[in-house]
Amino acid sequence: MNKIWLVIQREYLSRVQKKSFLLATLLTPLIFPSIMGIFLWISIGESENPFLQIIEVVDENNIFFIESSEQYAFSFSKISSEEGKKMVNDGDRFGFLYIPKIDLSNPSGITYFGEKNPSMNLISFLESSIKRRIEEQRLFESGISPEAINAYRTKVSIKAITLGNSGEEKVTDATVNYAIGFLAGIMIYMFIFIYGNQIMQGVIEEKSSRIIEILVSSIKPFQLMMGKIIGIGAVGLTQFLIWIILIGGISSIVMGYFGLQMPQQQAMELANPELGEMMDSQNNLQNILQVINGIDFIQLTLTFIFYFLGGYLLYGAFFAAVGAAVDAPSEAQQFMLPITIPLLIGYLGLFVFVLNDPNSNVSFWLSIIPFTSPIAMMGRVSYGVPIFDLILSMSLLVVGFFFSTWVAGKVYRIGILMHGSKVNYKTLWRWIKTN
Amino acid sequence: MEILEIQNLTKTYGNQKALNNLSLSIPKGGIFGLLGPNGAGKTTLIRIINQIIEGDSGKVFFKGETLQPKHISQIGYLPEERGLYKKMKVWDQLVYFARLKDMPAALAKERVDYWLKKMDIISWKDKRIDDLSKGMAQKVQFISTIIHEPELLILDEPFSGFDPLNAEIIKNEIIELKEKGITVVLSTHRMESVELLCDQIAMIHRSHKILEGRLTDIKQRFRPNTYEIKLSGINTILPENWNAYPINGEAVFSIPLGQDSPNGTLTKLMQYGEVVGFKEILPSMEEIFIQQIKNHSYE
Repeated sequence: MNKIWLVIQREYLSRVQKKSFLLATLLTPLIFPSIMGIFLWISIGESENPFLQIIEVVDENNIFFIESSEQYAFSFSKISSEEGKKMVNDGDRFGFLYIPKIDLSNPSGITYFGEKNPSMNLISFLESSIKRRIEEQRLFESGISPEAINAYRTKVSIKAITLGNSGEEKVTDATVNYAIGFLAGIMIYMFIFIYGNQIMQGVIEEKSSRIIEILVSSIKPFQLMMGKIIGIGAVGLTQFLIWIILIGGISSIVMGYFGLQMPQQQAMELANPELGEMMDSQNNLQNILQVINGIDFIQLTLTFIFYFLGGYLLYGAFFAAVGAAVDAPSEAQQFMLPITIPLLIGYLGLFVFVLNDPNSNVSFWLSIIPFTSPIAMMGRVSYGVPIFDLILSMSLLVVGFFFSTWVAGKVYRIGILMHGSKVNYKTLWRWIKTN
Repeated sequence: MEILEIQNLTKTYGNQKALNNLSLSIPKGGIFGLLGPNGAGKTTLIRIINQIIEGDSGKVFFKGETLQPKHISQIGYLPEERGLYKKMKVWDQLVYFARLKDMPAALAKERVDYWLKKMDIISWKDKRIDDLSKGMAQKVQFISTIIHEPELLILDEPFSGFDPLNAEIIKNEIIELKEKGITVVLSTHRMESVELLCDQIAMIHRSHKILEGRLTDIKQRFRPNTYEIKLSGINTILPENWNAYPINGEAVFSIPLGQDSPNGTLTKLMQYGEVVGFKEILPSMEEIFIQQIKNHSYE
């Protein structure tokens, strides 16, 4: 035990004291908010475009009116469509909207001409304005006054509440849950890959620089392997803690400066416009706060740390075994597939199944099987998961960890002393079978 | 007393026998040469003694006890394939290796300082191995082997890769350690170092032990009973089977005695001239080694 502790110390200190660690730890959290900042700056700059863009509208029906916005002004006239197009060509107008005589129950033939491809924003703005006007017109024709229409226009937002076993009520919001599950899953996925790779590199270094034989004459190979895995894991944990603190701090400063919502929320809206709309309809701070209050952060944090470490330890052993089986990093590629495939299944499963339907059968199995559970379960935990599923998944992950270190330990023990021999899957299998 | 006793040790890799029913005893104190060509099974034996791998059958005793993990701290090992952490500082690295061998931190630090001073590289203690010359790195490597003050020191091809100057330093250190009562096992196929250093040897070939004993005894056993003779003032023709060709009445030649005694031969020689030199020729270890391997290869 004492020797494992020595190895952990060495692995931890030799990495944390490096300049590159300091640089990566301090710069990475700066990169993320600064990219966000640049995007925000550009988009704000765009919306504050000082040139009001004028769009010429010709309406053969004489019923349409489109209200000007900060960016677009609409001028109505009776010119011919040829003249309209010419105005655009000459640069007198930003665009030209032509509304021919239409049948209100089946409108068609409305056309926009522009020198540039119109933005999605503009087109949907025009569409919804015209749509609303047609609806009003038709309602009016069927005898309902415009005042009445306005009076009946209502905004609806549904508040989702989940009922706990003991009847307690919790306000939930799929978007917030989605965002938390999404972030937690991705962080675990990245952590396993980045630090798993460091384990592999470390093993290859010890093997190729021939320190290994000196080491294993002092310490059991299994102790050495575990010490390395735990030491590097501690480096990762340290780095993530610093990042979380820095990203949190810097992001809130940047966002605060621009007076905008948190980046996760924005990302969600970009990724899924429907969710964005939903968000818009209930985008009041109080509601979000209520939702966040409803999330059990202690449980969430504890399960995150558990799966974070569990997943890392399970895969870390495999990375160590791969490092032991090869002589140089370039040879490692051939053995990476069995590690990459289950991780990718967990990663894709999180997006395709778990986040969209956390209680489906596929989601259940993805979150139970130890090879995918560290990533997939985080998607379910954020929505709330039955305690039985959680205990089953966690126990299996522990079993999976013992299994992986047992298998990896066998490969590692033999592999580290093999130099210059070609190793393939058949050889690995023979090593695993050897007592 | 034996520091290491190996009984009927066998180790097989796949269907290849690396050690076949090998027995060996290494006495406490002195330098023990473990000889054999590459692939003879020396490294396998050393790895078993260092508890890096286990034998399939047979027993190993360290100071009368069955070999077990607690003995690791009493054994020092310099492998043939050796290296250091390139990015780690000399001092940190040596303390780390000492502590892995169960040495308490304070004592480890003290010993590291002592050895760095002794080897004249104390001013380099905060440098990384990367920044050291090869010779200096080799000194550090040697220190890492003995830093925990082992009772048994196993050196696998210790002189390979060392420049002549460093090899001499290491050789003197080995002799000094021997004088302190430490047992040194020297595994090598370089016979000149064996001849200079070893008190006792064992020769391994194709997983078998083919020779064991004190160096002087072995040399005696394999002496060809041939003498080197120097005659001067030669006045008659020498017997043809001596293959001696005098120049200016002087000749240096060697003759196998066969059934004759040295004294009988000497009397005979006196008839031909003045016997200036009469010395028995002993075989070099190299010759014995080659001879033994040839003999066993045809078996």
